[in-house]
Amino acid sequence: MYDAPTQASKLDQTDIKITANNVQVYYGDTHAIKDVSVDIVDRAVTAFIGPSGCGKSTFLRCLNRMNDTIDICRVEGQIKIDGEDIYDRRIDPVQLRAKVGMVFQKPNPFPKSIYDNVAYGPKIHGMTRNKAELDEVVETALRGAALWDEVKDRLHTPGTGLSGGQQQRLCIARAVATKPEVLLMDEPCSALDPIATAQVEDLIESLKEQFSVVIVTHSMQQAARISQKTAFFHLGNLVEYDDTNTIFTNPSDPRTESYITGRIG
Amino acid sequence: MPVIWLVLIVLALGAGGYVLGRSRALGSAGGDSRKLHSLPNYYGSNVAIKTLVPSFLVLAIWLIAQPIFVSSQISGQLPDGIVPEGSSVGLVMAEVRRTADGIGALVANGTMSADMAASAQVDPVDLTARLQEAGQVVTSAITQPILQAAQSYRAMNATGGMAMTALVLLIALGGLVYGLRETAPQFRARNVVEGSVRVLLIAAASLAILTTIGIVLSLLFNTVEFFRIYPASDFFGSLTWSPSFQGNSQLGIWPLLWGTLYISIIALTVAVPIGLFAAIYLSEYASKAVRSTAKPLLEILAGIPTIVYGLFALLTVGPMLMRVFGDEGIGWMQSGTAVMTAGLVMGIMLIPFVSSLSDDIINAVPQAMRDGSLGLGATKSETIRQVVLPAALPGIVGAILLAASRAIGETMIVVLGAGAAARLSMNPFDAMTTVTAKIVSQLTGDSDFASPEALVAFALGMTLFVITLGLNVFALYIVRKYREQYE
Ligand SMILES: Nc1ncnc2c1ncn2[C@@H]1O[C@H](COP(=O)(O)OP(=O)(O)O)[C@@H](O)[C@H]1O
Ligand SMILES: [Mg+2]
Repeated sequence: MYDAPTQASKLDQTDIKITANNVQVYYGDTHAIKDVSVDIVDRAVTAFIGPSGCGKSTFLRCLNRMNDTIDICRVEGQIKIDGEDIYDRRIDPVQLRAKVGMVFQKPNPFPKSIYDNVAYGPKIHGMTRNKAELDEVVETALRGAALWDEVKDRLHTPGTGLSGGQQQRLCIARAVATKPEVLLMDEPCSALDPIATAQVEDLIESLKEQFSVVIVTHSMQQAARISQKTAFFHLGNLVEYDDTNTIFTNPSDPRTESYITGRIG
Repeated sequence: MPVIWLVLIVLALGAGGYVLGRSRALGSAGGDSRKLHSLPNYYGSNVAIKTLVPSFLVLAIWLIAQPIFVSSQISGQLPDGIVPEGSSVGLVMAEVRRTADGIGALVANGTMSADMAASAQVDPVDLTARLQEAGQVVTSAITQPILQAAQSYRAMNATGGMAMTALVLLIALGGLVYGLRETAPQFRARNVVEGSVRVLLIAAASLAILTTIGIVLSLLFNTVEFFRIYPASDFFGSLTWSPSFQGNSQLGIWPLLWGTLYISIIALTVAVPIGLFAAIYLSEYASKAVRSTAKPLLEILAGIPTIVYGLFALLTVGPMLMRVFGDEGIGWMQSGTAVMTAGLVMGIMLIPFVSSLSDDIINAVPQAMRDGSLGLGATKSETIRQVVLPAALPGIVGAILLAASRAIGETMIVVLGAGAAARLSMNPFDAMTTVTAKIVSQLTGDSDFASPEALVAFALGMTLFVITLGLNVFALYIVRKYREQYE
């Protein structure tokens, strides 16, 4: 467990976007997340690392209540975004997910045109008044995802016809178009080749200007390259959470050190 | 010797060959199966194949060829003028065959000795009497030429049967010996067995295809025959369907085709929305428990024979509709059998068909699609409408077209539920009839098979075949086109 008081004093200096307190997650009888507390900073990239099956995805999915779609999943504890408890009964999970966007491991564009993929969220949430505004939102989102120049001449061709890296950036554009405040990414580069990975990483770099980005990654180099904060999960526990620099150069927990040097994984 | 005995003997030879081949192979390797090219079982199978396959092939060919050969020989020997006016050689030959069978029966139950049966002293009048006494079917008094023909028919069949038995046994034994002599450690028995399996599979596949081709061809020939005696322009151009067996029929297909289409449209209007919604509920909303009971229940519905649906239409739905739309009600309906009755019941029949196909297709849409949409803050129904259904659309269209094919080909519900009147009407409460129902009625009367009134059934069948084939091809085309777009 990380040392809570010193951590809190460090984090005071920046905005805290998300606060999780004593979160427990169960899949039926499996205790997948054990008493995790963490504060996620606004306008920064937070990386979740850890061996596979340690609960990174599960915890990430708690942050936008995607776990509600799994029947056997049960979440306990408290998660607040901007001081508001997202598991409160008054919160509509559907609205919450518009505010907390998500990008998945495998690019999953809808079987629609590129334009309709990006316009999907804005249309559903009635964010624009007319076609011109929608066009603008789509263009902004695609530019934000560094995809505009590649697709501006074929906006009405199927999104599924793009390459893997383009598809993933399309999914990011799609998430960005709903103007979320937090962007969750679950291993967004694991299905991509190195060039596409580099493009997506550049993109994440620029996205943190506007959002709080939380990214799950199995690549420690990636975490080191793009994140400011890193959380190390192991067997459902949050072992250590600190500045990325500290985690990679001077971890306080021996398990973190073993993982980073490749001894557990 | 009856054929069944021959088959059993050859099978026994095959089994013996298997055992012998296996032990011979083991023996040739000094009991060490590792020295053999193949496992001992393969050597046994090789001998059994060599024993069984050629002999059974010869047996099958012989069984098909002998009756044809004997018949042609006998009918060639019949004296001129034996074929009466208004009859045919075929009918006389049938008489010959019946007489021969009758004599065979008499010999079998001991009323007549085998020598006697073959001798020239048999008296046709006496034989007729004895045959009738023994309960054999004899249409008229047997004449001398027929009796002679029957006797030589029996003689030729007996010789043929003996020759066949001898030949088949010889081939089986030859195969057995050949297979055994092949058996040596270096012999690649495994490859032989592999090759035979392949031939077997190819034979099965080509049999299926050949039968299909045969069916289509017979349909086609009869259709051509029909159009030779009835003008195609009338068949496709006339709006009246009024067959009469005195000739002078009006055989326009449109009233029937219209009935088929009208009933199918009503059926699909019922089945598609209900089936699709049921599928969506089952695959997206229902809990595991509900799903695991509801789905099998729906599939039971799909297993009910259509005649039962027909009864349901006749006894329940028809009278129910009459109460509302009949003379006591709105007055649109004359009788319980109507397009609406048949259409509704056919729709019910198609619901499980549509829902179970669509359910599978919706389930095949990757969960990642749903997650993507839900993750953007879409509700469940928005996700289904805008992501899941479009992704599943090609499959669903395919399912609907398959359902349409079934609706068009359905017969029993129509016969019992829609009435028999061929008419072109827009009122869904009128009785109408369909192509399939008319095919049944044209062929079940005791009409002459060469008349246009009977042959029209083949033209109707051909039309249906072309329509359903077209639908299926169209379904495939749509499925392909969308698949390219979405995958
Ligand atoms: N839908 C689910 N149903 C049951 N168990 C699950 C489900 N998803 C994940 N788990 C379990 O929860 C644990 C954490 O999984 P996950 O969060 O996917 O790990 P990670 O993303 O770190 O690889 C694993 O033991 C996994 O088996
Ligand atoms: Mg994961």
